[in-house]
Amino acid sequence: MINKTVKDVTTACKGVKDGMTFMLGGFGLSGIPENAIAQLVKLNVKQVTCISNNAGVDDFGLGLLLQKHQIKKMISSYVGENAEFERQMLSGELDVELIPQGTLAQRCLAAQSGVPAFYTPAGYGTEVGEGKESREFNGKMHLLEHAFNADFAFVKAWKGDTAGNLIFKGTARNFNPNMCGAATITVAEVEELVPAGELDPNQIHIPGIFVQRIFQGEKYEKRIEQRTVRKK
Amino acid sequence: MALSKEQIAQRIAKEVKDGYYVNLGIGIPTLVANFVRDDIEVEFQSENGILGMGPFPFEGEEDADLINAGKQTITAMKGASFFDSAKSFSMIRGQHVDLTILGAMEVAQNGDIANWKIPGKMVKGMGGAMDLVASAENIIVAMMHTNRAGESKILKQCSLPLTGVNCVKKVVTNLAVLEIEDGKFRLLERAPGVSVEEIDAATEGNLIIDGDIPEMTF
Repeated sequence: MINKTVKDVTTACKGVKDGMTFMLGGFGLSGIPENAIAQLVKLNVKQVTCISNNAGVDDFGLGLLLQKHQIKKMISSYVGENAEFERQMLSGELDVELIPQGTLAQRCLAAQSGVPAFYTPAGYGTEVGEGKESREFNGKMHLLEHAFNADFAFVKAWKGDTAGNLIFKGTARNFNPNMCGAATITVAEVEELVPAGELDPNQIHIPGIFVQRIFQGEKYEKRIEQRTVRKK
Repeated sequence: MALSKEQIAQRIAKEVKDGYYVNLGIGIPTLVANFVRDDIEVEFQSENGILGMGPFPFEGEEDADLINAGKQTITAMKGASFFDSAKSFSMIRGQHVDLTILGAMEVAQNGDIANWKIPGKMVKGMGGAMDLVASAENIIVAMMHTNRAGESKILKQCSLPLTGVNCVKKVVTNLAVLEIEDGKFRLLERAPGVSVEEIDAATEGNLIIDGDIPEMTF
């Protein structure tokens, strides 16, 4: 099998430069590529564009890059949990493009699948549709949306093998599979890396062809954003 | 008496039918799950990637890999499934979800809805709301009839940036159940003890009042 393993996050992030566009998996803080984010902070790459559903919280996730003013532009669907984000956006330091969540997912999928553009009804008649081509299908108006164009996709899976095959867990799956193969280089970090052959091919969510580099992540914090419980 | 948020949720729960797949938005809609009859089979979809969402976990059993679209820790029911975000919105855009319940800041009599942005004040993003309202056949809006200043949120025309156009069919507020019909709000039910006149006064949009308007039952 083709071996996609790299020894650590440093090697995995090789080639990352100022001004690049990154995709980052995760929904809220669930399923975010914690190791890659920490490395991007360490490398101090500047003026980057981040495509990610959310922007983390003030002191975790993409919030760490925001603190250091590394992000020039965010493309997200919901950014409500981050005060520093709001401050940078309102002061004009940060460029923000808010797009519907389903459109965000489909633009990733389109990039992964070689579909340059597609029509969706989401956002028609709203400010999201301003300046976009629209067309009627079956009596309903739709907007033309384009595939993303990114340099790196950073995703996080539960298990992976040396061939780059990935299995996700629970709702930590979210945008991660859609971003695999949607950028020039896809970097997957996993909680458990096993030799090729150990994962059941029937259970694989993302085949290794969509992944260029895979590494065993470490020290996952897996922070919970809204801890809600019921009494026994 | 105007309804509490729980009572709005309780009234909406009556609209949830056996065999429905239902997407619940954040806020009052989330409470609807607590009031659905337990003799019917309903599956809740959360757009971050679960069908068959269950109640909050018991203390100590929270899992960072198992949350809902509000980022709250949840559980999965027996028979639940997980999927990626694109698949989730295939369910939504493909109209496989039977009922969508969401909150709003404003609703207009042509079915327009605004719930994602107050220019210069609140810019959090639309999340999945634009996909949901653009695609769902069956949308119920849960909201307060007026804002804190007492001004109507049931309008001729929305003043805030829109989430979707001509999409809302039914609105349940703390005062009334309304249906959108030919560019007007038809008053279907009133909250117990709330008069038609009070509802009319709290409604800026055109209101159709036909015959005796029954009180809501729960």
